[in-house]
Formats: sequence, structure tokens, C-alpha cells
Amino acid sequence: MKFRIYRYDPEKDAKPRLQEYDIPLDSHDRMLLDALIRLKTVDDSLAFRRSCREGVCGSDAMNINGKNGLACITNLKTLKEPVELRPLPGLPVIRDLIVDMSQFFKQYHSVKPYLVNDTPPPERERLQSPAEREELDGLYECILCACCSTACPSFWWNPDKFVGPAGLLQAYRFIADSRDQDVNARLDNLEDPYRLFRCHTIMNCVDVCPKGLNPTLAIEKIKDLMVKRTV
Amino acid sequence: MVAGVDKRPVGAHYGLRDWLSQRVTAIVITLYTLLFLGIVLWYGGMDYAVWKALFASNAFRVATFLFMAALLWHAWVGVRNILMDYAKPMGVRLALDIVVIGVLVAYLGWMIQVLWGQG
Repeated sequence: MKFRIYRYDPEKDAKPRLQEYDIPLDSHDRMLLDALIRLKTVDDSLAFRRSCREGVCGSDAMNINGKNGLACITNLKTLKEPVELRPLPGLPVIRDLIVDMSQFFKQYHSVKPYLVNDTPPPERERLQSPAEREELDGLYECILCACCSTACPSFWWNPDKFVGPAGLLQAYRFIADSRDQDVNARLDNLEDPYRLFRCHTIMNCVDVCPKGLNPTLAIEKIKDLMVKRTV
Repeated sequence: MVAGVDKRPVGAHYGLRDWLSQRVTAIVITLYTLLFLGIVLWYGGMDYAVWKALFASNAFRVATFLFMAALLWHAWVGVRNILMDYAKPMGVRLALDIVVIGVLVAYLGWMIQVLWGQG
């Protein structure tokens, strides 16, 4: 199978290049990650991240034929050759397909992605009704692979100011949680022309999310709540 | 200026206002456009006589004023959004903001003159 892979080592290379590979695959190589691991046996200088290899850890997010996705759950049969692999767009490249996600996680941390509740914890646990728990479906499944945020032009232009779809999905995950008491502070934190309102609803995030989540909908719900408390 | 501080202050506490006003002004613009199209269809076209009679009505002038005011506000939010994305140095962005405001306010004055001026 033919591949064209982005190669760049900032310490050695003056500029990035695309390297061509043509390797025979085994019948057990079903996903793109299998092919990458095989490629690594041919050229061990190729660098990429991977861990769980089943779409749970979010390590092997990359730009596959122009669209962000996880290598481990992208079936090789769905890919047009040569398969062009690039690092996630908009983040600094550390080496080859590995990007520096610091900015992404900084934005994630800025929304306080944890439960805030100052009441004394009950003896066993804070209970939720099934309906309250259902509110969190489509939110808690996010694996923070950064496919969505790095597909978002608003995040490319303002990665330091715009929270990005992943962070906003998580912001809503805690706003929507019946056990959280910090909704007003959370909304204050996002009431900003950059942090939330750089989203212009182009829905690239929804298009690429490997878990089938909908950050745009979460952003819409945050805006709804802001309207509700203001108007 | 504080030198050497690498913090990104955020939390301007507006954003919703702009976002909401852009939607409200869009509704005003749409309603006026539909009204205008309706009038054109009603008269089966538009000529100087119809135009003159239309703008002789104070109600229509007020409606036109509302439309233009909504359009200018809508444009301000939209153009500033673009400047926020692409004009990075703060001084440049502020200067461009001022130019845009100047142009839009000038349009507003010009429009009032056209609607209620002599001749």
C-alpha cells in the first residue's frame, strides 16, 4: 500500500517534507494504525503516538487524507491511495506526526473540567436521576484526541483565546451536570467574544469527531443558557 | 505596558450581546427586505413615481432607518469579528476598528440626510 507521510524533525530538518512509502501489508493489517506499526518495522525513524489501539485513548489522532481522525479506527479499505498522513493542523510539530498539545490542554483546563460542589459529600455518593444522567450522554464520551479543535479555523487563528470545540464540549458537560453548583461562574468564564463566541457554527468539529459527538450542539446549549440568564 | 508578563487575559464579559444583536439585526434586515420585495411585487415593478410616493411616507422612512441602523450594527459586529481573527497587533486592530466605526457612522449620517433631507 502506498503512503505519503509528513516527516519533520525540527532539530535536524530545515523544513518539513512528504516521504513516500510503498509497503506490502498483511491480511491482519486492517486499520491504519496496523499499517503504521508495520511501516515502523521498515523505517524506525518514523514517529507517531499510539497507545490503546482501539479508539479509547485518543493518542493517534492525525490528519488522514485531509481529514482529522484516529488511525486505530480508520479502516484501510476506506482510504484512497496514496494515503497522505500529516500531523494535526494548527499545533506545533514536535516530530513527524507528533504535535505539541499543550495549548489544547491549557484550554481544556481553563474550563475547570471537574465537578464543583461545596456541599458536604453524602455518605455514599451524589445521586442523579436517570434523566439527569442522560443529559451527559454525548458529552462524557470525549477522549480529548483534539481532532475537533485542530479542525476548527477559529482555533487555528486564536488557539490562545478560543477554548475550542473540545474544551467547550467539556465545559457544557459540567454545566449540564446536576451535581455541579458552579453554572454561573462557568458561564461567566465563557462570556467573552473570544472564548466562546469565536465559534461561527461551521461544524468542522462535528464532521471529524471520531466518537460521533456534537460539540456544536453543546456550544449552542451554552449560548442558550446565556440568553436565558440575560434576557 | 508591563514587560515580560506572558498571560492571556480573557473574560471581556461581553460576547453574548454582540452575538445576540447580530441575530436580532438579521431578523430586522430580513423583514425589511421581504417588505420591500412585497411592495415591488405589489406594484408590479418599481419606477420613480412609486419610489417617490413610497419615501414620502414617514412610516416607510422610519422603517428604512431601522433597516439601515440594523444593517450598520450587523456590519460592525461582523467586520470586527473578521478583524479579531486577522488583524493581530492590538494597535493595528484598534486603528482599523476606529476606521470602521467612522465609516459606519458616516453612512448613518448620510442616510438620515437622504431620508429626511431637502430635495
